[in-house]
Amino acid sequence: MTASAPTASQDTPPPKDDRALSEGARQERRLGWLLCAPAVIVMLAVTAYPIVYAVYLSLQRYDLRFPQQAEFVGLSNYGAVLSSEFWWQALWVTVFITVVSVVVELVLGFALALVMHRTIFGRGTVRTAILIPYGIVTVVAAYSWQYAWTPETGYLADLLPSGDAPLTEQWPAIGLIILAEVWKTTPFMALLLLAGLALVPEETLRAAQVDGAGAWQRFFLVTVPLMKPAILVALLFRTLDAFRIFDNIYILTSGAHNTGSVSILGYDNLFTALNLGIGSAISVLIFLCVALIAFAFIKLFGAAAPGSQEGGR
Amino acid sequence: MSAAGRRRMTGWALVNIIVIVYALFPVCWIISLSFKDPSTLTDGSFIPTEWTWENYHGIFQTSEFTRALINSIGIALISTVIAVVLGTMAAYAVARLRFPGKSLLIGMSLLIAMFPPISLVSPLFNIERIIGIFDTWIGLIIPYMTFSLPLAIYTLSAFFREIPWDLEKAAKVDGATPAQAFRLVIAPLAAPGVFTTAILVFIFCWNDFLFAISLTSTSAARTVPAALAFFTGSSQFAQPTGSIAAAAVVITIPIIIFVLLFQRRIVAGLTSGAVKG
Repeated sequence: MTASAPTASQDTPPPKDDRALSEGARQERRLGWLLCAPAVIVMLAVTAYPIVYAVYLSLQRYDLRFPQQAEFVGLSNYGAVLSSEFWWQALWVTVFITVVSVVVELVLGFALALVMHRTIFGRGTVRTAILIPYGIVTVVAAYSWQYAWTPETGYLADLLPSGDAPLTEQWPAIGLIILAEVWKTTPFMALLLLAGLALVPEETLRAAQVDGAGAWQRFFLVTVPLMKPAILVALLFRTLDAFRIFDNIYILTSGAHNTGSVSILGYDNLFTALNLGIGSAISVLIFLCVALIAFAFIKLFGAAAPGSQEGGR
Repeated sequence: MSAAGRRRMTGWALVNIIVIVYALFPVCWIISLSFKDPSTLTDGSFIPTEWTWENYHGIFQTSEFTRALINSIGIALISTVIAVVLGTMAAYAVARLRFPGKSLLIGMSLLIAMFPPISLVSPLFNIERIIGIFDTWIGLIIPYMTFSLPLAIYTLSAFFREIPWDLEKAAKVDGATPAQAFRLVIAPLAAPGVFTTAILVFIFCWNDFLFAISLTSTSAARTVPAALAFFTGSSQFAQPTGSIAAAAVVITIPIIIFVLLFQRRIVAGLTSGAVKG
């Protein structure tokens, strides 16, 4: 937030006479709009228009098998979704997975970030290794976990008492989904926190140490408060990302045994039940949930959205 | 070295090894699975008892996989190029120019970065069917480039802010227009940042699964992650485990190459965009 303040003055054009300045400013403004226009048009056309269209579809009874019979039914699709136990079941599963995985990722991510920040050798190797889970295709990692936990095939399943098939029971399966999610995304969290750690001045920590603060005190009373913006951004991004969880669940359980997330529910209504109306209503509801989470983060915790400081420039 | 120093070294070595094992063992497992002989696939051992290339031979025999691989590479490359070009233009404007509506652009990219893709799947599915781009490359390129634009704009504008802009001013003093200054002075300086962004965007597109299974119905445009979910065994009764593992390893290779060659850049790209904004 304050980081870009000093650069603001350097942007101020040198004083010239009034006409030249306004001429230059006009040209700059035109170029700015011109350069942004394609990106803006693409983003509006591919997200804003379809979401409006999704709202329209969600007000229709629209079965893909009988497209001729589509008709306007008002809010009844929303009524059907919100009064269905499937929606609430999926929503609780999603919220549970989101909360647990983000909390675990924050703790693990901090540990990883500290290792990368403090380790006295092999820093490059550790960072390279950590990027593999970040970069690997989620579906690939999900298959790796799925086979690992499948009895007979997997080495991990063989560690369990025989006859256990963890992916076929609700809670063990949700636990494994969280494990897969945490494994894949902790490195990203760790890298964001690492960047935050780099901004904590070494002298401040040393001063705290001289004043007699122990390692834990230094961490919670100096490092964490100074890193608050970085932590909030990391949390915001990961929470929204976890809420959309789809790939891992699709591969690990396909949403069977009550392990489906809201995204899985939306997908199933669309492509298994072929109900475009209900599917769109679920899409719109998920969009509203995500908007609510983002709003809560920004208002309640004062998370500065990355780039928001640009507004003042 | 003192005893305390040696203890510290050993401690860090141990910690580093834990981290590396954490990051790599699921990858090692799927690699091992891909080299297992079909008859030993279910022996549950971590390291194959019978090594074989059979699974790899198998997947490259069928068009099911090779076609998907071509789709994956083509779609990800084209989306990356478009997203990076559009992103570079917008990011330059964000980093350097003053114009009304800039915060609107940033707010909009942020909104899209947070957008749940599933919310777009149902309308896009219908729109693409109506205008006839369902199950085509274009049909996937459009959502990919859109969803990677915010990533491109953030990362690039962070890189662009680090460029020595005095050179641009010098060019302007020498009589270059803002457009010329952009093309002749800044673009070459910005190349490393653009390259890094391209890698991040490519990884993003390479990774997608939801759009790939929702907006395709045949092998015409199905990418590898989606195709994996439709793999069948060589015979009706065989599990496709070995084929899936081999295909999974093949699409992991580019990621490993990127990470090994450009570790420093990727870390810089990921962190600069998010923290410095």
